[in-house]
Amino acid sequence: MGKMTMVEAINMAHAFEITQDPSVVVLGEDVGVNGGVFRATAGLQQRFGKARVQDTPLAEGLIAGAAIGLAASGLKPVAEIQFMGFIYPALDQIASHMARLRNRTRGRLTCPLVLRMPHGGGIHAPEHHSESLEALLCHHPGLRVVCPSSPARAYGLLLAAIRDPDPVMFLEPVRLYRFARQDVDDDGQALPIGRCFVLRAGTDLTIVSWGAMTVDCLKAAEQMETEGVSCEVIDVATLAPLDLDTILESVARTGRLLIVHEAVRTAGLGAEIAAVVAEQALYDLEGPIRRVTGYDTIMPLYRLEHDFIPGIARVLDGIRATLAD
Amino acid sequence: MNSGKVVASFEIAYRGCLASDGTLCGPLPEFAADDELLRRLYRAMVRARVFDTKAVNLQRTGKLGTYPSCLGHEATHVGVGSAMRPEDVLFTVYREIGSKFWRGVEMLDVLLYWGGDERGTCYRQTPQDFPFCVPIASQMPQAAGAALAMQIRGEPRCVLAYVGDGGTSQGAFYEALNLAGAKRLPLVCVIVNNRWAISVPVSAQTAAQTLAQKAIAAGIPAVQIDGNDVLIVRQTVSEALARARSGGGPSVIEALTYRLSDHTTSDDATRYREAAEVEAAQRIEPLIRTRTFLESRGLWNDAAEAELRRDCTAAVELAVKQYLATPKQSTDSMFDHLHARLPPALRAQREDARRYAALKS
Repeated sequence: MGKMTMVEAINMAHAFEITQDPSVVVLGEDVGVNGGVFRATAGLQQRFGKARVQDTPLAEGLIAGAAIGLAASGLKPVAEIQFMGFIYPALDQIASHMARLRNRTRGRLTCPLVLRMPHGGGIHAPEHHSESLEALLCHHPGLRVVCPSSPARAYGLLLAAIRDPDPVMFLEPVRLYRFARQDVDDDGQALPIGRCFVLRAGTDLTIVSWGAMTVDCLKAAEQMETEGVSCEVIDVATLAPLDLDTILESVARTGRLLIVHEAVRTAGLGAEIAAVVAEQALYDLEGPIRRVTGYDTIMPLYRLEHDFIPGIARVLDGIRATLAD
Repeated sequence: MNSGKVVASFEIAYRGCLASDGTLCGPLPEFAADDELLRRLYRAMVRARVFDTKAVNLQRTGKLGTYPSCLGHEATHVGVGSAMRPEDVLFTVYREIGSKFWRGVEMLDVLLYWGGDERGTCYRQTPQDFPFCVPIASQMPQAAGAALAMQIRGEPRCVLAYVGDGGTSQGAFYEALNLAGAKRLPLVCVIVNNRWAISVPVSAQTAAQTLAQKAIAAGIPAVQIDGNDVLIVRQTVSEALARARSGGGPSVIEALTYRLSDHTTSDDATRYREAAEVEAAQRIEPLIRTRTFLESRGLWNDAAEAELRRDCTAAVELAVKQYLATPKQSTDSMFDHLHARLPPALRAQREDARRYAALKS
């Protein structure tokens, strides 16, 4: 046990699983000698050798496609896409093959693999390095899309992702990589995929979020508590398939729902959650569902990135507006 | 341009053995001493063609969905299939039934797939082979990944990946070859150059003199062969697989053939190519020359031909009968193979599909 950052916890999960499962193979651009641009795979090639930790040529579609070939051959690839903004060349492999292989072969060939990628902005990165594109992936049946929000959840969910029998897209919020340290046991205990985490219990309002925005939501909830408002904060964590039960149960208790995400608003995952709650729990609601999200704009270069990413002020306004209706 | 010193140069060799008139134009491979093998190769080519003809007819009569004919490709497909070992892994595009049949895929499987039923991908004999791949060249990175798996595990197995002439224009083709070259993967890529990517001829696809030379940039040895010559296909692919199996790295083989059919049953090739070109291609098609060669060696005659045609027709008719008698899958099948276990959120949708299906029946 030790206090560690999310990126260290991710590294530790890799090492644990490479050690205990001989079929795990790590691949990607710069994951070997360099240990990954965020150091998520630092030291792994030195410890486990070049067969287990492979640098690949610079081609995201190739990385995703090769991971499919490895997985269908009985290995467990854990592949890194260097930034989520570079996912587009890999989407053909992800959507046309990874998500479908089990289904189209009636279970004969499967794709047990993890595609890891840094997600979101907030670290002054260059153009194309700060995107939140989870909705692109959630729209493809057959995929699991997971986004941890703390070092311990990153460790436990990455272990679960590697052990999952199906492809898991693992979105790592970049501004949480080194945001806070937390005690993480290297005990090999996976956390459940497909379940929300209730980060804070409350009675007046349900806030549903994921990734780095959960941090802002928790801070906003703390501030609201000083004003006598009790907010429940739910980390969706598994963005696909959604754990609707936890969200619906919470809304039934609080009667109010605020959804917070960093990605652009239109056709974002928040719209899906809002639609489900409207369909299934409209009469539990005491007021309209609200969303606080990134604007429907291109993610700006970094001088404006914190004007795009919803901060605590927007979350607080969202809470107050939701309560006022 | 300043004429500097030459720092790289390349050549692409062309290989052929059996000329279009059935005579020899190159040295016979060693395996040609095996009379029964020669007959098997021919039988497999005829079997693919008889099936293919029937499949097109089934589509024309509304009993099969859109179907891509393999007419004219039989020598390449059978030559490749026969050169592989059962434990190797085959990645096809969507036309290569001659290879699939050789590896034990059943006619019923192919009919089910093109008849709109996923169960047609359940290859019982070669459960490691990948199903047909419709998005062009997207099989190539996966093939490289499968070859990487063999290399990591030190297995003496190979991957055989097909791609078409149009497919060599895709980035995925280059990306996969690049990886195979960089890591010396046990991958053999057969480019089936049938001259037409639907309506686009190779001359409009690329300014490269050959498609084989596209491998040179990846540091991979490449050769162009007569893809209508089953002997040279089998021999060249066998040599490439043997090299790959012993750690010698990847190869690319460009097989020259001709798509005698429309692209698929939804296409009409008379809109974009001259009848004279197709007639010229008919004269060099693969079956006639193989039969002529076998007859010249006393290995085949009219009676054998008649018997073979009867057997093939009977096998095809049986498969068609089984196919037409196969009830469609339940709607549950849409959900049950999505993940290892159905996510709870999808249970209600599965119930909906069941209920509406029950209303229809």
